[in-house]
Amino acid sequence: MTSTSLDVERIRKDFPVLSRELPGGRPLVYLDSGNSSQKPTQVIETMREHLAMHYSNVGRAMHVLGSESTEAYESARDKLAAFVGAPSRDEVIFTKNASEALNLVAYSFGNRANTDPRFTLGPGDEIVISEMEHHSNIVPWQMLVQRTGATLKWFGVTDEGRLDLSGLPELVTERTKIVSIAHQSNVLGTVNPVAEVLARAREVGALVMLDASQSVPHHPVNVAELDVDFVAFTGHKMVGPSGIGVLWGRGELLEAMPPFLGGGEMIEAVWMDHSTYAPVPHKFEAGTPPIVEAIGLGAAVDYLTGIGMDAVEAHERELTAYALDALREVPSLHLIGPDSLDLRGGTLSFTLAGIHPHDVGQILDDRFGIAVRVGHHCARPLHLRFGIPATTRASFYLYNTTAEIDALVRGLHHVQKVFA
Amino acid sequence: MIGESMYQELILEHYKHPQGRGLREPYDAEVHHVNPTCGDEITLRVKMGDAGKIEDVSYDGQGCSISQAAASVLHELTTGSTVEESLSVVAEFTRLMQGRGQVEADEDVLGDAVAFAGVAKFPARVKCALLSWMAYKDAVVRSAAG
Repeated sequence: MTSTSLDVERIRKDFPVLSRELPGGRPLVYLDSGNSSQKPTQVIETMREHLAMHYSNVGRAMHVLGSESTEAYESARDKLAAFVGAPSRDEVIFTKNASEALNLVAYSFGNRANTDPRFTLGPGDEIVISEMEHHSNIVPWQMLVQRTGATLKWFGVTDEGRLDLSGLPELVTERTKIVSIAHQSNVLGTVNPVAEVLARAREVGALVMLDASQSVPHHPVNVAELDVDFVAFTGHKMVGPSGIGVLWGRGELLEAMPPFLGGGEMIEAVWMDHSTYAPVPHKFEAGTPPIVEAIGLGAAVDYLTGIGMDAVEAHERELTAYALDALREVPSLHLIGPDSLDLRGGTLSFTLAGIHPHDVGQILDDRFGIAVRVGHHCARPLHLRFGIPATTRASFYLYNTTAEIDALVRGLHHVQKVFA
Repeated sequence: MIGESMYQELILEHYKHPQGRGLREPYDAEVHHVNPTCGDEITLRVKMGDAGKIEDVSYDGQGCSISQAAASVLHELTTGSTVEESLSVVAEFTRLMQGRGQVEADEDVLGDAVAFAGVAKFPARVKCALLSWMAYKDAVVRSAAG
């Protein structure tokens, strides 16, 4: 069965690795895009072409190559801004990844270099995250409260894998400085109710940040419509290269925030005893940035825009519906996360009774060439919440097919036979 | 297929029917080891007997088939042997596991543990196989010190 909303066979031809045979003649069944996505020829070629013919440093070299590189790098920023509906291109900051974007924002709080009251933080102040966060949206906040004496609080998760909003008014209060949650869970697939959390945060004057690493690659995301304050995402999960991520932030907040890293190109003027800083976004881009990676991410955005994020979302929705049905047929499989299509994306994590996920993943890979992720997926507290050490996770993208989900189900039956 | 060779019948047998599992009293030393990359963990106790012999190795834990079967085989090979003999088995098993599949196992020393030879080709899984064995080594050192 092929999707009605997008030509998967044509798309698959854009991704060279998908036609690769693994040792032993196994075809590759790549169901690990939530971990990192594969790259289309369009991205690979754009990066190769830039490295081969146009490469130089950006923002400082006064020659043809310097201006071509700068032009390509800054035009990647334009593309990213348009892709996520940023009101201004200057609100798009290139980072190394989503983790760096989250750390950058965390660093702005309780920082003596930042006297803006929205960012002051000390004992008695609170930060709110959730139990379903990736470690990258937990650890930077833990480090922040250790530095400042503030308190870290979190939303629980319901048995169905939803954010538990029952205690919202008690959790998010006048003491809350920022609420930072995942837009979509990297384990459960749950899409979180941003508007509800945001409404409460606005009532009490708290800022809101979204870790959108799992939503921007898979859904049309518009930061202006979301109306939050900060959004972090990463390039390698959205058919772009690794080493490049994005922080979008409201311009007036970014202007109020101190620089995160000091170095070249983030300054206006430097004396021996002090410096003044470049305007945003460059204030936050110290040193030579990942130039070709940013340009590659620009090409990734062109690629996704060409296909249409609505079509990508619809395709993944079909795959998810198909997979939810198919996995129900596997005996003793327990899905961790929403069982319906309602507010969920194409990430399915599960356990098989009596079989450790590492064994599941190993046999799926070695016998069938099926790549899934096994373990705690950098979300250990969420696994502790469900009382399990690990899960097996299949995650879909625009190039996956229902035939690959059939292969997964066949593989799981085989795993159960081995351990029967 | 590569993976099937890792899951030797003997390993699956030990996984499904672990030998000596469960923590028992009395004991001379108890250790708790974890594999942070995958969350596998084991609690292991050693009871020394007369004449430098290991009277009992009892354990409990959670993890994949490789880590659980390795603990079961460890129990079989060490219980009743001398400390010295058992540590030479540990040394040989460690050499095999860290040999990236290039090391010829000494079957006379390793007995059933040779079944794990295939695991050595999977760097990500070597730690699973070694978890209980490193815990045992640690427990022996501690009981000697105590």
